[in-house]
Amino acid sequence: MLKFALAGNPNSGKTTLFNALTGSTAHVGNWPGVTVDKREGTYKKGENPVDIVDLPGIYSLSPYTPEEVIARNFILEERPDCIINIVDATNLERNLYLTTQLMEVDTPMIIALNMADVLEKNGDHIDVKALEKNVGLPVVEISALKGRNIDLLMERAVEAVEQKRVGVSVLKDSVLGSAIANAEIALKLKDVPAPLFHAVKLVEKDEIEVKNHPAEARAVESFIKENVCQKSGFCGDAEAEIADARYKYITAHYSSTLTRARKAADETSKTEKADKILTNRFAGIPIFLVILFLIFHLTFSEDMFFLGAIIKPFGEWCGVEGNAAKSIFFAGGLNSPGVILFNALDLLTSKIGEWLTLGLNGLGASSWVSGLVVDGIWGGVASVLSFLPQILVLFLFFSILEDSGYMARVAFMLDRIFRRFGVSGRAFMPMIMGFGCSVPAMINTRTMADEREREATVRVIPFFSCGAKLPILLAIAGGIVATTGVAGGYADVITYSMYLLGIVTALVCLLIMRNTTKRGEASPFIMELPTYHLPGFKNLMLHLWDKAKHFIQKAFTIILVSCVVVWFLSNFGWNWKMVDSMDQSILASIGQFLQPIFTPLGFGAQLNQNGWVFAVAAITGLIAKEDVIATFGTLAACLVASMPSGEYGEGVAEVMVMIEQTGITVPALISFIAFNMLTIPCFAAVAAAKGETAKGKFKWTLLFWIVVSFVTSAIVYSFGTMFNHPIANGNVWSIFVSIGIVILAALAILGIVLYNKHMNKKEAKAKLLKNK
Amino acid sequence: MKLLSQFKVGERGVVVAVHGEGAIRRRLFDMGITPGAEIYLRKKAPLGDPMEVSLRGYELTLRNAEAAHVEMK
Repeated sequence: MLKFALAGNPNSGKTTLFNALTGSTAHVGNWPGVTVDKREGTYKKGENPVDIVDLPGIYSLSPYTPEEVIARNFILEERPDCIINIVDATNLERNLYLTTQLMEVDTPMIIALNMADVLEKNGDHIDVKALEKNVGLPVVEISALKGRNIDLLMERAVEAVEQKRVGVSVLKDSVLGSAIANAEIALKLKDVPAPLFHAVKLVEKDEIEVKNHPAEARAVESFIKENVCQKSGFCGDAEAEIADARYKYITAHYSSTLTRARKAADETSKTEKADKILTNRFAGIPIFLVILFLIFHLTFSEDMFFLGAIIKPFGEWCGVEGNAAKSIFFAGGLNSPGVILFNALDLLTSKIGEWLTLGLNGLGASSWVSGLVVDGIWGGVASVLSFLPQILVLFLFFSILEDSGYMARVAFMLDRIFRRFGVSGRAFMPMIMGFGCSVPAMINTRTMADEREREATVRVIPFFSCGAKLPILLAIAGGIVATTGVAGGYADVITYSMYLLGIVTALVCLLIMRNTTKRGEASPFIMELPTYHLPGFKNLMLHLWDKAKHFIQKAFTIILVSCVVVWFLSNFGWNWKMVDSMDQSILASIGQFLQPIFTPLGFGAQLNQNGWVFAVAAITGLIAKEDVIATFGTLAACLVASMPSGEYGEGVAEVMVMIEQTGITVPALISFIAFNMLTIPCFAAVAAAKGETAKGKFKWTLLFWIVVSFVTSAIVYSFGTMFNHPIANGNVWSIFVSIGIVILAALAILGIVLYNKHMNKKEAKAKLLKNK
Repeated sequence: MKLLSQFKVGERGVVVAVHGEGAIRRRLFDMGITPGAEIYLRKKAPLGDPMEVSLRGYELTLRNAEAAHVEMK
């Protein structure tokens, strides 16, 4: 089978083209560097099927970032039959810079000129025929988004494969042309494939190339010194000269094919206008904070825009009280879209539960069978499933921001703040992706050039609470508010605070790591700011569908199996007989064994005989975070005969049972959320983190997660307990003591940071002196 | 001699040379900051750093520290 590689600049539409060619649903975003690993698919519409490989977006074939090395190695070593070089027509010069490098390889090549339609709309025009002639490669004008000319592109690519091709360089007539030609001859004698490409890289003194061909590298160096330098007077830096020569050639030969209607065409001016407000000196950051608040508010709030007082009489007039269908929309206040969808699905899942019971009873199933199916399986799966709408709503908002190009601006605005914590604005994107799922977020850190910075970022990504952790936050927050009425009755206040706790913990950990074990300063921040565009509806729906599919699959596989296991372990004793009371079950004895570890965190030995459920839930969370609430769902049904009555959502009711049956306190519950948010993430995320960190060092990452989760949760618990009943318990002094400890800790961190700054300055000075 | 980092918002200039070394320098070249390229300083981030520049028909952001490697006229 033929194998074609898609190569091009980040954000030039490669993945959109890949999806159009292969019919897959890979993630696309308006952010440079969404694809960071190669991805394969098959194009089936042609005469013969063709293997399509989507390479990470790159600006150059230099050896500096991991994704550049991935793309380079693929092109040189796996030798695709054809390179489809996707070129963004709205950004011709910079895109063609990569083209001039790719065409030095001997592989057949074709240019897919993307977004030419956007260009036409601006009134600009590219003379495709002239471009084709000047570049010397076939050029096909396409629209990856609309799927225009995709089949034509593939036809011409297949034609290109039949006509073999040898590499050509635009540097032939430059000052270094003779040096490149000499190196090429030397490499040809050694039978090196793609000699021209390697020759150019040798002249550039590319790290990888010099290491592979040391003898030729020395010959090139002396050739430049003896010949080029004397003849032309060029003795400077070859790397600069070559980059310069490429751009000069592009401006002279290719840019002329582009005619601009007017300076500052429509589309760019739209972006400029939007940026006047969105990245405004004064309004930029406040606007970002408002957007962030609105996103969470529209997803979680049960009192939208705080109109509760106005809405309430209306609700009473409607007869909301006790009416399940009407209270989907408002209870105390107007529900946000996220909550409305949650309520609707929740109503459905509890109805399915009722039908299951009725159906099984009707069939004459024994009580343990209906127990297993209704409580064990459906109870667990449903308590997780009903959170899907809110996960999707949250994900939708973030996808819109990413697709539109706004996220890149946020990185631009926040870089200065991030730098204080030792990471560049680039780290912002993986962190935000972490709110969806840690796995792609960890993989996305590959766009970060500095290894230490990248590893530190991978470690804190799980602290950006992912979709699977959302049920824990929402169910427990809901349970707390329903039983105690703290936080003014607003469960979403607790949810926001937990998100904030995760972010703050991440930043503090970054600060400490970047000044101790992962020492270093924030890496350079040189990033393209893409043009704004309206998010594509189809693209958004693809994102959502992918997310929903993944979540539902997980609910009916991993989570279902864990529910069955938890149900069996909690209903059977070590003698493999069903137990009368759950205290005698296998699960209880395992839980009781582990329980003491969690005593400092508030959900250990201080709870009553049922308290082990929290230990068990935390352990099942290591498989998948949804399992925490699913375990509650399964166990709640075993603990009490009937669920609390009233309009409590799935999950929330289970937590209420847990609170009632174990005597757990509010601070301990908060500490429990914090523990689950910060500790070792799920299997999938652990595997991803292992893949993204240096070999043999992963045990430190695991230890890091354990330590951070225990320390943070213990702090949350002890503070919460003290402020809960300070004076009554004679705890006034302990408040002073703990405030003292916090101040000392803060001073210690500050000390480390300042010491490091001092040392860095010293090192820089020493380096300077040495160079002189 | 004037550096890009010393430019004021709204100022326009032509790159004369790119200093620095290794990855940063290469990155600047790859993004099109080569001698002869025309650069327009569009704006600075709300906190004063990084900056947004316009060159070769697109928008690029870089920090003052990186812009200090770029010599302009």
